Amino acid sequence: MKDREYRLASAARGGLLFMHNVPGVALGDRVQVHDHAGRIRNGQVIRSSLESVLIQVFEGTEHLDLERTWVRFLEQPFELALSPEILGRVFNGVGLPRDARPPLVSGLRRNVNGAPVNPAARAYPREFVQTGISAIDGLDSLVRGQKLPIFSGSGLPHNRLAAQIVRQAKLPNEESGFAVVFAAMGVSHTDARMFQEDFESSGVLSKVVMFLNLADDPAIERLILPRAALTAAEYLAFDLDMHVLVIMTDMTHYAEALREVATAKGDVPSRKGYPGYLYSDLAELYERAGRIKGRHGSITLIPVVSMPSDDITHPIPDLTGYITEGQIVLSRDLYNQGIYPPVAVPPSLSRLMKDGVGKEYTREDHPRVANQLYASYARALEVRNLASIIGAEELGEADRAFLKFAESFERNFVAQGENEERNILDTLDLAWRQLSLLPRDALARVSEADLDKYHTPISHQP
Amino acid sequence: MGEILEINGPIVRVRLPQVLTGEQVRVGALKLTGEVIGREGDDAIVQVYEVTDGLRPGDPVEPMGHPLSVELGPGLLGQIFDGVQRPLYTLYDLSGDHIARGLAVDALNREKAWTFEPNAALANGTAILPGSVLGTVQETAHILHHILVPPDIGGTLLELAPAGDYTLEQPVAHIQDEQGHTHKLKLYHRWPVRTPRPYQHRDHASAPLITGQRVLDTFFPLLKGGKAAVPGPFGAGKTVVQHQISRWSNAEIVVFVGCGERGNELVDILESFPKLTDPHTGRSLMERTVLVANTSNMPVVAREASVYVGVTLAEYFRDQGYDVVMVADSTSRWAEALREVSGRLGQMPVEEGYPAYLGSRLAAFYERAGRVEALSGKLGSVTLIGAVSPPGGDFSEPVTSHTKEIVQTFWALSKELADARHYPSVDWTESFSGYVGTAAQWWSENVDVQWEGLRGIALGLLTQAEELARIVNLVGPEALSPAQRWALEGSTLIKEGILQQSALDEIDSYCSPQKQFALLQLLLTIYAQGQKLLALGVPVQRLLSLPLLARARRYKTLHGNDDLARLNANALEIQVAFDALRAEYTKPGSAAK
Ligand SMILES: Nc1ncnc2c1ncn2[C@@H]1O[C@H](COP(=O)(O)OP(=O)(O)O)[C@@H](O)[C@H]1O
Ligand SMILES: [Mg+2]
Repeated sequence: MKDREYRLASAARGGLLFMHNVPGVALGDRVQVHDHAGRIRNGQVIRSSLESVLIQVFEGTEHLDLERTWVRFLEQPFELALSPEILGRVFNGVGLPRDARPPLVSGLRRNVNGAPVNPAARAYPREFVQTGISAIDGLDSLVRGQKLPIFSGSGLPHNRLAAQIVRQAKLPNEESGFAVVFAAMGVSHTDARMFQEDFESSGVLSKVVMFLNLADDPAIERLILPRAALTAAEYLAFDLDMHVLVIMTDMTHYAEALREVATAKGDVPSRKGYPGYLYSDLAELYERAGRIKGRHGSITLIPVVSMPSDDITHPIPDLTGYITEGQIVLSRDLYNQGIYPPVAVPPSLSRLMKDGVGKEYTREDHPRVANQLYASYARALEVRNLASIIGAEELGEADRAFLKFAESFERNFVAQGENEERNILDTLDLAWRQLSLLPRDALARVSEADLDKYHTPISHQP
Repeated sequence: MGEILEINGPIVRVRLPQVLTGEQVRVGALKLTGEVIGREGDDAIVQVYEVTDGLRPGDPVEPMGHPLSVELGPGLLGQIFDGVQRPLYTLYDLSGDHIARGLAVDALNREKAWTFEPNAALANGTAILPGSVLGTVQETAHILHHILVPPDIGGTLLELAPAGDYTLEQPVAHIQDEQGHTHKLKLYHRWPVRTPRPYQHRDHASAPLITGQRVLDTFFPLLKGGKAAVPGPFGAGKTVVQHQISRWSNAEIVVFVGCGERGNELVDILESFPKLTDPHTGRSLMERTVLVANTSNMPVVAREASVYVGVTLAEYFRDQGYDVVMVADSTSRWAEALREVSGRLGQMPVEEGYPAYLGSRLAAFYERAGRVEALSGKLGSVTLIGAVSPPGGDFSEPVTSHTKEIVQTFWALSKELADARHYPSVDWTESFSGYVGTAAQWWSENVDVQWEGLRGIALGLLTQAEELARIVNLVGPEALSPAQRWALEGSTLIKEGILQQSALDEIDSYCSPQKQFALLQLLLTIYAQGQKLLALGVPVQRLLSLPLLARARRYKTLHGNDDLARLNANALEIQVAFDALRAEYTKPGSAAK
């Protein structure tokens, strides 16, 4: 069908354009809005009836002179052009070049919304990825094809941690490393530059595709950006057989843009003004990660979520945690004590670790060691709490050992340098050095054989 | 034929004058499947089970003449279906990695022939009641599939097919109803999912559903035919609890509904179940399992349908005389799908955006649980277990609070316990079971009469410990009496040696009722022996430093279910350790003076 052009926008607000008497427009179709200044904005049909259509305009609806605005219906869904040339390129949220190079020419175009993966087509992710970061590898291991977000707060080093993961992530038994899809939504220029320089200096730039929407770019574009980025990731992973690491930062800005449009549309809010469909909407993005039967490639997804007021029960981290396969939570407390990476161990979790570690992938004792560290650290935090009430001097000998353990665990195991890469066996040995601060009898989560092999108590000082 | 007037996400307004509420329709050029959920004059409101992108106003709409129904017959077991019972393996063959839209596929395989054995008690000319058994098909080595007359058909048997191989479309019986109308009955029939399948009458649930999970079976039991909920924040262990029940429970059929949750969790089942054996029959677990999947990235409207599809499958097996467990992970996603649709319809939200009918829908769903005498005369049961995913882990939110009023067994999962890797993170203060009395009878007849008493002592210890922990946190451990310190140790022993149970531990993942009782008895013996020694003046420090205590925490993982003799032999070790201490303190001139 031929493109059609209309002038009859009847209202514009909150990123939405309302039009009357445009018959037969398909839901989801792409639209171009030519404003009076000759600029083209990109839009998509989000509601359509015989009488009217509703268009979401990714560059926003500010400064639109409706009388002099033309709307062109492209009669096609929102698609992204794909070819191996996307590697090394920088795009904006709607997939247009941002690197002053010409647009991609390719016959292959895909709908950015993707289509749901058939659960029967999935393969369970189970190959360990070594990030070189003890708190992750040792306690909450990442596996290839997992979706594992970083829950953080404003001012915490989530982006530095994400960059370190990109630098260090290794795929055991694979010659090539990860290709990277970097999706930035509302990040500062400084952070974007940090990532760019980091990719450059670590030599991965030629294997990175960037989709950038910075803090001063139009907010509504953030709604389409992760879809474009994931479409690129799916192409790299499942057409070109690559292992792809997708970093999406910051999902909070994405969700805020969603709320903005939902409010303008008049959708019923559920919690904190976010629409009830935020869960399904986030799931449509996150569930695009994974592995597919019979395909070599994979999509490993690390979304960054900065928790408003550090509140993990806020809808954005909460719904994210309900969808993703675990979470790495950062702690302001640890950060203020100078601990990097400030991983809050108790609330952090990797749901896929159970199948990705152990004899076959890391070391036989790994799952039990992780479990024991969690249990002992939980006990140690109770003791620390008690000590703050009654004073450390009042503690019994056993309890004092736990205090010492907590201290050493945070300073020596969780903390490490931003450029320090520990291999998994070193991480596990380091873990045992922490556990050896505790008596054998306090370690019921590891086996007696583990204890015989790895537990080396430090003799008591008088 | 009608036409589309408006598309608003999954909700489509169409002009279709004669259509009935509840009727299925095909929408647009792609023939997407939908369901009429309301009428306004000549217009109908349709919820579409598939993504509506690309639909246009003016596109055609076609009524299908029947409500959303499922196909019930041989071939269900071992399958995975989507939320409207499309077989996902078939869709995979047809459309590859991603689910294409507008695919209309039979739920059950039409080519496969099944060996049908007619019911010998039926002769031509006999009266056939609705729901009675026409014959059987040995579907898996353990499951005999009873071919049922549809519950809405009865009459005189004109002809019953002889034993032999039949495909699903070949008639196996002809029945003439009172109006003189002849029905050709096949190995399968359809049933509308929103209508509970009828039965003769309800019966009392009398036997516990043994899940092999100690904190569930021993502390907060559920009965076959009962209703239970597993609420908890993300990461607390809801899915693992439900997977464990699907794996190890002594149900004969398991229907697992993945409702708005992760795709990989279904893959986990698909990849692991065929390799696991049912501890009660020794057969592959997949042979008794049916999966229904509407994962979180699949269209939200089919999510609402998926729980009804699941429970109808469960009722169908119940009607054949089986004990069926259906787990739904998560009912919150189903409720959210309701909310989404009601919001798009402009209905008045009452709490957190949910419509006023949330509570009644939930109650009506759980009412489909129960032990019944089916139309066939067989006794069967449907046990319903729903996960609840409260936003922010707040149990006062609408779905959790309504559910809590409906169910009899409430397994409240706790973030604090999960964070400390105390799994299953069932919180013993928040959880409850209204079935303890009935369960106690079963335990006393089948395991040991002391079960109820020991359970009470253990729970008492746990409660006492909560109180003592509060004191310690105010004034320190020194404020406790020796007896109180020993009680604290006793409760820790219960927590670590009994309540904690790793789903990943090969030996401990499933714990038989006999082993559950043996562990409880052993650990409480330690506690009781210690109490006696304290009374004799043995210092509590001596008790706390007994090496036995560390060992007792490992009993559960050292001895398997078929190694009870060795497990019970630990009683001797306990006796010896305490006797030695006692001897020390009762000898004349001993330290006890
Ligand atoms: N009984 C258990 N044994 C061992 N690990 C468990 C157990 N229950 C939960 N876990 C751990 O907790 C993680 C989260 O559990 P899951 O059931 O997926 O949580 P939820 O469904 O409540 O979000 C699992 O991936 C597993 O690592
Ligand atoms: Mg879950």
